[in-house]
Amino acid sequence: MISLRRGALAAASLVALLAAPVAANAHRQWMLPSATVLSGNDPWITVDAAVSNDLFYFDHNPMRLEGIAVIAPDGSKGEIKNGATGKYRSTFDVQLDKPGTYKITNVGDGLMASYKQNGETKRWRGTEAELATAIPKDATEVKLTQSQRRLEIFATRGSPTKESLKITGKGLELEPVTHPNDLVAGEPATFKLMLDGKPAAGVEVEVVPGGNRYRSGTGEMKLTTDAQGAFTVKWPGAGMYWLEAGVRGGKASIPNAERNASYVTTLEVLPD
Amino acid sequence: MRLPVYTAALTGLMATPALAADLELSLEIPRLTVAEYHRPYVAVWIENPDKTAVKTLAVWYDVKLKNNEGQKWLKDMRQWWRRAGRDMSLPADGVSAATRAPGKHQVVFKGDAAPLGKLPAGQYNLVVEAAREVGGVEVLRAPFQWPPKARATSSAQGSSELGAMSVTVKP
Repeated sequence: MISLRRGALAAASLVALLAAPVAANAHRQWMLPSATVLSGNDPWITVDAAVSNDLFYFDHNPMRLEGIAVIAPDGSKGEIKNGATGKYRSTFDVQLDKPGTYKITNVGDGLMASYKQNGETKRWRGTEAELATAIPKDATEVKLTQSQRRLEIFATRGSPTKESLKITGKGLELEPVTHPNDLVAGEPATFKLMLDGKPAAGVEVEVVPGGNRYRSGTGEMKLTTDAQGAFTVKWPGAGMYWLEAGVRGGKASIPNAERNASYVTTLEVLPD
Repeated sequence: MRLPVYTAALTGLMATPALAADLELSLEIPRLTVAEYHRPYVAVWIENPDKTAVKTLAVWYDVKLKNNEGQKWLKDMRQWWRRAGRDMSLPADGVSAATRAPGKHQVVFKGDAAPLGKLPAGQYNLVVEAAREVGGVEVLRAPFQWPPKARATSSAQGSSELGAMSVTVKP
């Protein structure tokens, strides 16, 4: 077991300062489904998955496909098909072979550490399993950060269903009040953010419409969750929207670590 | 607020002969001069004034394609799909039918027979939504009162995927 000494306040704020530019430079992770509302007996969707600044343009890095999981309408595990990773984006297909709502997730749980060794600041990134051997015994001012991230998209064949929308109770999650595949431009939509299964109050939510290459402004909306973790989005029009929220703090599942939890989804809003 | 509803229902019950009333839809599918023309998919349904769907009367689509492939595009009739279509099982007898060619069409729905059947007394809209492959979508609404006390007609005019539409109710 590593001996973790909480650094002095000064050291902690220094780390926070160091961390700030990293967050500002962070690119957006996104999955973009070809359709979210489908009819017929054998519909498929194809999904682009990438990391970039502009939405939804793949011009930076592809998203890795390893972490992607499919939850079928009955809660069973589905699968991705025809996965491929290119220079700027990954693509994969999902066959909606059951009626109802599918959820496609990319969930990650990573660790970051910063520490001092012989007066030098060092950084490490890895998993919980690697942690025990990753930090040298003589390290001081060890600061551990657990990053729980969750990306989700939804697609529905026929009537929207709720089984696959159930939250896991880990990290930051979206609990729909309005079904995420029942969105139209003229109707505000309400969702709840849940942190470890409990309402996440006072969390800032960013909603960004796609297609910013053809606009001067980003068009982003900033919303804040209420005491029940709820927030309501008034769509400025139909289209694809990227939604992100993040929290610092709360319970980390790793001892002595600070926790960051983030949630990202892409929502399709149809014309009335 | 409950009383008027009750009264309306009562009126419906008393007007027994009106159960045999007819609802007649007259609909023009415009002839379009486009390079690639496909007949539109059309959904016809009855909605309450708050736009909730009451029942679907007709869905014209490519019913004969193998493996029900025509159903893949039913969601393009967006309003109908969201309010009624996605909860239905298709093909449905007396509702599903082949697409129709450009021209004027007259469809009569009998008050005592499927798919119209028994409709509680009240104010409604008849809604028509057309979606065309390589084309657009258009929705038209025309109000009507049920059961009709006298012959009454209301109409709407399309501008792209639909032409003139009228609804006539007859006791």
